Amino acid sequence: MSSVAEPTGTGRASDEITTGFPVAGPPRFDSIDAVRNGLADVQYLADDGISGVVFLADRLAKPVLVEGPAGTGKTELAKSVARLTGSRLIRLQCYEGLDESKALYEWNYKKQLLRIQADSGQAWQQLEEDIFSEEFLLTRPLLEAIKSTEPVVLLIDEVDRVELETEALLLEILSEYQVSIPELGTVRASQIPLVFLTSNNTRELSEALKRRCLYLHIDYPQLDRERAIIEARVPGISQALADQVARIVRSIRTLDLKKSPSVSETLDWARTLVVLGVESIDAEQAKDTLHILLKYRSDIDRAAKELVGVESPD
Amino acid sequence: MLNLLTGFVAELRTAGIPVSLTEHLDAAEALRHVPMEDREAIKYTLGASLVKSSTHWRTYETAFEIYFSLRGPDYRIAEDGDRADGRGEDGGENEEASLAGQGNRRGQGRGGGGGQEGMTPEELADLLYNALLGANSAMVAAVARQAVSRYAGMEAGRPVGGTYYLYRTLRNLDLDQVLDRLVEQARSATSSLNVDAPPEPGAPAATLTALEERLLRDEYQSRIDQLRKEIEDEIRRRLVADRGSEALAKSLRKPLPEDIDMMHATRDELVALRKSLQPLSRKLAVRLARKRRHGRKGSLDFRSTVRHSLSTGGVPVDPKFRYPRPSKPEIVVIADISGSVASFARFTLHLVHAISSQFSKVRSFVFIDGIDEVSRFFEGTDDPSEAVHRINTEADVIWVDGHSDYGHAFTVFWERWGEEITPRSSVLLLGDARNNYHASQAWVVKELQARARHVYWLNPEPRAYWNSGDSIVGEYAVHCDHVVEVRTLRQLEQFVGELA
Repeated sequence: MSSVAEPTGTGRASDEITTGFPVAGPPRFDSIDAVRNGLADVQYLADDGISGVVFLADRLAKPVLVEGPAGTGKTELAKSVARLTGSRLIRLQCYEGLDESKALYEWNYKKQLLRIQADSGQAWQQLEEDIFSEEFLLTRPLLEAIKSTEPVVLLIDEVDRVELETEALLLEILSEYQVSIPELGTVRASQIPLVFLTSNNTRELSEALKRRCLYLHIDYPQLDRERAIIEARVPGISQALADQVARIVRSIRTLDLKKSPSVSETLDWARTLVVLGVESIDAEQAKDTLHILLKYRSDIDRAAKELVGVESPD
Repeated sequence: MLNLLTGFVAELRTAGIPVSLTEHLDAAEALRHVPMEDREAIKYTLGASLVKSSTHWRTYETAFEIYFSLRGPDYRIAEDGDRADGRGEDGGENEEASLAGQGNRRGQGRGGGGGQEGMTPEELADLLYNALLGANSAMVAAVARQAVSRYAGMEAGRPVGGTYYLYRTLRNLDLDQVLDRLVEQARSATSSLNVDAPPEPGAPAATLTALEERLLRDEYQSRIDQLRKEIEDEIRRRLVADRGSEALAKSLRKPLPEDIDMMHATRDELVALRKSLQPLSRKLAVRLARKRRHGRKGSLDFRSTVRHSLSTGGVPVDPKFRYPRPSKPEIVVIADISGSVASFARFTLHLVHAISSQFSKVRSFVFIDGIDEVSRFFEGTDDPSEAVHRINTEADVIWVDGHSDYGHAFTVFWERWGEEITPRSSVLLLGDARNNYHASQAWVVKELQARARHVYWLNPEPRAYWNSGDSIVGEYAVHCDHVVEVRTLRQLEQFVGELA
């Protein structure tokens, strides 16, 4: 159902562009609370900020740029939203050296070659039109998301890893939800996908990219929320233990560490404790399992000393 | 609402947050979709569309609190004790109920204009203590309001920021002591509990373990922080009600971390600076590494080109280039770490060492009137902040009286390490060149310039103050390749980025 128009673009499409705001489809969510409750149903506990921004992203048809420390659930948010809305999740993992042919589309050269060889009697004009048709186009994640007729959540993961120049690839799709292919014309989205970009903040993203997105910073959760996350995500954990885990993690985060424990590490730790059959954490157990929570020797030593007042074992 | 938004955006821009026109439009569009009465939602809505960096959030929050402050008759300063009815906004009923539940006789003050007199300091302290113990947020808010009414001594129309009032309130509440009392209470509660029921074998220990005590302390600390924030908010609300948003925004405006003046940073600002230093140095390192890898192409390798041209019949179709081997500069940092410029020196050392992989070698020296090499502190540790800490405690930099003496420090440097400066070294001199009227010994800098590739002087003072008083930066400047003003992290990042 993707509409393929000439590059000049007529009718409905140009109206969209002139208004500046892409026309959003029917809203996916009724209210901010609906987002929060829905996310909670798929085991993602959002705070006001997160649910508010997801709600807005849908209403304004704008992509969301999610930043925050590693392991605070940035990628998980996109996955959960996909689950919640019943959409397909299309994921583009970014890395240094990512280019157009990996992110957007590529011509299927081999097939084109075969086509040319298959009947060489045809007029060149005819043939050229033929081999640059959709049949010979290999879609990559971005184009895939645009062409899809079913609802889609597009996740562009770790966008800070691509070079500054490659970011420009994303701009057209982020603001207009369209992809221009010189030989073919412009492919426009038949439905507006929900787009999430995540960044670990290893470099400053370009202004142009930021301008097109809503910004969401996900930080380490507050005590109550973290406790709720542990209870929701770790099966079989007692309330008392979840509470204790959340408290210890909060205390550890106040220390001046190289890498504070992330939510995912907290969950790993809680799972470990459950597997070990721990009912209540004492100093000894905390000390022995700290290495799940912290990944640097110096951090472990420090946390052990500060929290339980002993040197950690070597 | 649109007018308010425009004013708000203007304020954000003045505070240094770049807000583009599109973002402004987005914010206006976004406001149509959220309920107006939900203040939190509006805050996140505007934040998501206007602020695109987490380091700007604090600045944004302050501005937001000022512009979208809760207003009402109960926030007026003049009659701050008289908190008349009609508080609809944040759970006034709730708070009243909880106060009544605590059995504090505050009823008589209400409505009679005597709420303030209704409580003695002891009662207030007790109330505070109970509020913190019970983690009752409505009550904490109520206590904050009371405390501000009572202790801040706010006067209508006085053109000051909130810091002074905050200080007065906090001093009277003495939160440190409250914290100790709370922990003490928890401790005795546990032991008394165990007295009632004698421990069976294998039962938990009779007293709090170190871990439990620590957790409790952190819990109370976070509640106290909550209270402090409430007090701050309360003061700000009253100030806004008194003086209006625009006037207040000016005096409360928080600079972005990268724009904080390093020499005159407050303690909180220093913490913010230190926090933003690490991501900054990481970003810088990534950027420089990329620049090195991509930006340069080696010179034409003639021999290889001809050799490869043989396969195309001697036509050099595919030119070959030498593998680029950009030389990495060697950095020598000589930093004044006397009181006035200490934090600046620390940040620079931290940053230079954090990206030391971009240099072939980094050597650091610190001085006040004596000079000492501190490179050894950075070796063997991958955490620059720890090394910087050791510099403060272990480096031997006092010669006579501990007042800056650039002349003596430079002479000693020249005698002991001058030989080791080579044409590959870039020398960074850090300091305000306030020499306490000692001899300048500028010849050392001249010699350095002759030997080294470059000599740079980084001065944390504003350019206007240079060469005033005992500052003799001009005498050194003639021998330096470049003298730069580095007052903020932004300037520092820029300079170091160009260096590598």
